[in-house]
Amino acid sequence: MSFKQTPSQTIGPFFAYGLTPKQYGYNKIEDITSNDLNSEGTIGERISIEGIVFDGNNEAVDDALIEIWQASSSGLYFTSKSLPDTNDRFCGFGRCGTGTNSQRKFSFTTIKPGAVSDNQAPHINFIIFMRGLLSHVYTRMYFPEEEGANQHDSFLLNVPRDRRQTLIAKKISSSKGKVYQFDIYMQGAKETVFFDV
Amino acid sequence: MTSPYNQRDWTVHPSYFSENYKSTHLRSPTKAPIKVKQTKSELTAPSFLHLLTHNQENDLTKNGALDGQQPLGERIVVTGRVLDENGKPQPNTLIEIWQCNSSGRYIHSADQHDAPLDPNFFGAGRCITDKNGMYKFYSIKPGAYPWGNHKNAWRPAHIHFSLFGPAFATRLITQSYFPGDPLLKLDPIFQSIPKEARKLLIKTFDIESTEEGFALGYKFDFTLRGPRATPMEK
Repeated sequence: MSFKQTPSQTIGPFFAYGLTPKQYGYNKIEDITSNDLNSEGTIGERISIEGIVFDGNNEAVDDALIEIWQASSSGLYFTSKSLPDTNDRFCGFGRCGTGTNSQRKFSFTTIKPGAVSDNQAPHINFIIFMRGLLSHVYTRMYFPEEEGANQHDSFLLNVPRDRRQTLIAKKISSSKGKVYQFDIYMQGAKETVFFDV
Repeated sequence: MTSPYNQRDWTVHPSYFSENYKSTHLRSPTKAPIKVKQTKSELTAPSFLHLLTHNQENDLTKNGALDGQQPLGERIVVTGRVLDENGKPQPNTLIEIWQCNSSGRYIHSADQHDAPLDPNFFGAGRCITDKNGMYKFYSIKPGAYPWGNHKNAWRPAHIHFSLFGPAFATRLITQSYFPGDPLLKLDPIFQSIPKEARKLLIKTFDIESTEEGFALGYKFDFTLRGPRATPMEK
């Protein structure tokens, strides 16, 4: 390796007008994505995800950016190198800031992903950025009803048993349909598992 | 399947906790991240090719200006390449840009610094690297601003960047600084980077790319995580 990686720096508190302008009410530039991953042609079970990012004092963080990346309902990633030959219109990438909801929640509407391969349970990949976080953190959200698949997931198997629960969303009933709650704890007894991806 | 990417190089990236950068105290994970073998989820990334056909929004001196007007400040043109650790250019890489104006004020409504907004400057845009990994954008040199981390704390002038690169594993958000800024040695965010690596975040002034009568040229290259070198094939 002849070149050193460019060092990471915090996203800072003022990213929203550049990275999530529409959500925060700025209209000078267009968004590259949003927190709604679905379009009319998307195939799969519609779900919502919501959560709060908590700091070490258990206070909700109001200036975090959450990004998700996930497979389609058939377990395929739609990338620039691989556009699966299907009518399924699903980009798999979404963003949401925590600064516009009164409870500091992030939320996404998407579909439940299929399993990508045999040793992977269905999951949603998360990246979290915020002021005070000098390098981003990676984590994953798993589904509570996938108990069997979760037991064979290569990431979950690397996590000490007593911390696996931090990666499993809670299913909550709601008038909005199927909603999963996935809170993220930066510190403390419930500290979310982050991966050295 | 793409080969796995090198791990994040913690000899260049800041640690999560920084004694002097107070916001890290309650927000930095306390447990070590768990090592994993990268899977398709980490080796793939969203496609932004559809953005190539849109206006690339790479001129911040224009995209927030009222008709016929211009933002205040020193015009700059920033150029460079996006490479991986093997020096391989990264084409079609999305770079998102945001910054404060020449007075040190962000347009973000949460920024309450008592310095004027510029009605002709929005401060955000984006560009996409060409087939040689080159990018270019125009802007205004951002100002320094106070931030309350400690007594007389001022951020050195900086531009924020967000890059995706070819994989979820290559995601990068960073800030780049300007050469010769006396605030660099006082800034806990910049100083959080291991000493040897700090120069990697400082642009270089470049007379070659400076545009006659229009804008000062600065160079800045990004290096994203590269594919892990594989043992020699037989």
